[in-house]
Amino acid sequence: MNRFLLPLGAFVLLVIVLAIGIRHAPEKDVIASPLIGKAAPAFALPDLNDLSRTVRSSELRGRWYLFNVWGTWCYECRAEHQMLLEVQRAAVLPVIGLDWKDDDAQARSWLTQLGNPYERVAVDHLGRTAIDWGVYGAPESFLVNPAGIVVYKLTGPLTREAWTQEILPRLPRQGLPGS
Amino acid sequence: MLPELGHFALILALLLAALQAFFGIAGPGLGRERWTGAVTSAVAGQFVMVATAVGCLIACFVNEDFSVRYVAENSNSALPLFYRVTALWGAHEGSLLLWILLLAAWTVAVAIGAARLPRRFGARVLGVLGVVSFGFLLFTLATSNPFLRLDPPAGDGADLNPILQDPALAVHPPILYTGYVGFAVAFAFACAAMLEGRLDQQWARWTRPWTTVAWAFLGCGIALGSFWAYYELGWGGFWFWDPVENASFMPWLVGTALIHSLAVTDKRGLFKSWTLLLAILAFSLSMLGTFLVRSGVLVSVHSFAADPARGIFILVFLALMIGGALTLYAWRAPLLKSTAGFDLGARESFLLFNNVLLVVAAATVFAGTLAPLVSDALQLGTVSVGPPYFNPTFMLSMLPLMALLPLGINAAWKRGHLRDRQRTLLMTLAVAVILAVGVAFGVYAHGAVLTPVGAALGIWIILASLVDPIDRWRRRLSLPRAVLGMSLAHIGLGLAVIALTTVQSFTVERDVALAAGASTRVGSYDFRFDGVAPVEGPNYDAIGGTITVTRDGAPVAVLKPEKRQYWVQHQAITQTSIHMSRGNNLLVALGDDLGAGRWSIRIQIRPLVTLIWLAALIMALGGALAASDRRYRSARAAEAVAPTAAGEAAG
Repeated sequence: MNRFLLPLGAFVLLVIVLAIGIRHAPEKDVIASPLIGKAAPAFALPDLNDLSRTVRSSELRGRWYLFNVWGTWCYECRAEHQMLLEVQRAAVLPVIGLDWKDDDAQARSWLTQLGNPYERVAVDHLGRTAIDWGVYGAPESFLVNPAGIVVYKLTGPLTREAWTQEILPRLPRQGLPGS
Repeated sequence: MLPELGHFALILALLLAALQAFFGIAGPGLGRERWTGAVTSAVAGQFVMVATAVGCLIACFVNEDFSVRYVAENSNSALPLFYRVTALWGAHEGSLLLWILLLAAWTVAVAIGAARLPRRFGARVLGVLGVVSFGFLLFTLATSNPFLRLDPPAGDGADLNPILQDPALAVHPPILYTGYVGFAVAFAFACAAMLEGRLDQQWARWTRPWTTVAWAFLGCGIALGSFWAYYELGWGGFWFWDPVENASFMPWLVGTALIHSLAVTDKRGLFKSWTLLLAILAFSLSMLGTFLVRSGVLVSVHSFAADPARGIFILVFLALMIGGALTLYAWRAPLLKSTAGFDLGARESFLLFNNVLLVVAAATVFAGTLAPLVSDALQLGTVSVGPPYFNPTFMLSMLPLMALLPLGINAAWKRGHLRDRQRTLLMTLAVAVILAVGVAFGVYAHGAVLTPVGAALGIWIILASLVDPIDRWRRRLSLPRAVLGMSLAHIGLGLAVIALTTVQSFTVERDVALAAGASTRVGSYDFRFDGVAPVEGPNYDAIGGTITVTRDGAPVAVLKPEKRQYWVQHQAITQTSIHMSRGNNLLVALGDDLGAGRWSIRIQIRPLVTLIWLAALIMALGGALAASDRRYRSARAAEAVAPTAAGEAAG
């Protein structure tokens, strides 16, 4: 046995450990939300399209909705916008926006230019509601069920994969049109 | 147009790197002289292409071309010009490009230096560097292309991460990477020597200046990162044993072992196979550093670009590169036979201890850094390893190293005696102990057990480092730069030991809540909080506090810490304010608004903390001085000097 082979052997072992480590890595990117399985935090915030009106979490009870945190300053939000519009067209569930620490005029012109995928947009100037929801960075989306319980949290932009693999399977089948 | 030009240049660079690797390895291997001769042209061409690509990307940043994805993600129209340029390496893709540029620059330098080396050996070194460069270029083009366009273009950029908008961190990556990449040169020399089967001590001499320069850069880079963490992260620590910090520290430790082991191989023809292994190890750890930071395998505050696909690519590349080198090692190293012996008390023994202790230190850091990963991979649950593990285990190998150092640098080669230095060393030790105990208990009037020990070791190292140069000067012997550089580096180390001991023992930290006008006493200083006022920056708004520091009624400083809110990323950054007073660093950070005009304020008094970074700089300067020694510059002169210098000159 050649003792000069030992370093190579040790290195092979290390590569195996690192390879297993990589396989586990994607799971770590997801910051698990402590909210899952718990009631969605209540809020009452001004409506972006008419600041005199109020968007209340209590009004959203009784149906599934996707709670999407965004802002015009958020670069990745632009990337997911197209997908949000598709979700709206599919009419599977309403998307409720939380415009986080944003300028109202800019937010309105963003929605005029790119299209408005939201049923309602709540305005969170101070970021208090975002803190209640444990928002780590925009964009984030929360799936909330009719009982007002948070079922799933997506960190980062809503992609087609996230939509078909994570969100759609969590919805009841009868909720889907045509089934 | 520019991004496409840059992309194209990068593809050409990849092809040229492939040619460089092929000509450099196959040319000498098959005895084709014309192939061997073509290597330098490939090196030059590759450098020009990489520089063009980097130039194009910088131009995109300066011109605010937000149709380029990487620019849109890492810049903003409000970003000052200086940071728009340094934003180049603000994230993963650009950092890689920087790595490639520095590798190309090192390769050009080696190609110029290689003119003095035997032709075939020089070509092999360049060939191995070509393989490394090819791997990184392929990685960049395949998984991390910085020239991708956005359609439609972004209106404005997402801005450079605010914590990176800082002068020290702006220049930190180039310096650190210069060190990382420099170890590629030592690696290439080792591989070339193994390919050639010519494993005499000659390759070690050729490698020494390159390795020392790389080591010096790496040390500066680490110190700069630590300095940044100290004043920017706001919590006043200077070392966190964070995976990313460890990733740069491990190659430094092994690199330190390597420069000492190279000295033994060069001077005495010993430790040959061990030196080869260290050369491979130092570069492997540099690459592993890249892997750990960029793959998302280890979660750290620094790793803002984590992507498993990239991780797999790096892992495969790492496996081929290092696995290949280690296979070559297993094949060639058995041919080596050491003929020379040495006594237990000879300098060789001390350098052996040096190597063992440094590698053990690197191994403990390695184990601590990878333990969370291994535990996770084997599904033993998530563990986190922090200072309670790192501090004592690291000390365990460092204390004996420091204690042996003054003896080792004064021991003669081969023969186990300290020449006529025994009495001098005992005297310096006595002086060091008296000084250390005096300072620890006299000036500060308190201290932990390790305080006088650490201080005595630090002072002893400094005094013992001066023995040889003074001795040479008195006997009117020549004082080559290699000797001066070694002494300087060891003096730097002694200063670092003193500084670290003092900081660890005598730091005072206090978190207080103060209303405007109120004051508090910390140490012998009075801190009066004068309230807050809004401050406007170029791309952020801030709240600035004013704190007046006095000592016995005499004014010391007015500190103005800030809490900044950057416009684009809405990230709050704590900007600490620091003042030096009588060797103490007074650090003040503004915490939270507690309402009713009261603010939480963090106050720290750290004695001698600046000396840590100064000491690191002195060590690096010592390395640079030693690397510039005449004996490395001319191969012929070195061989002529070698027999006489071997017994005299320092390692």
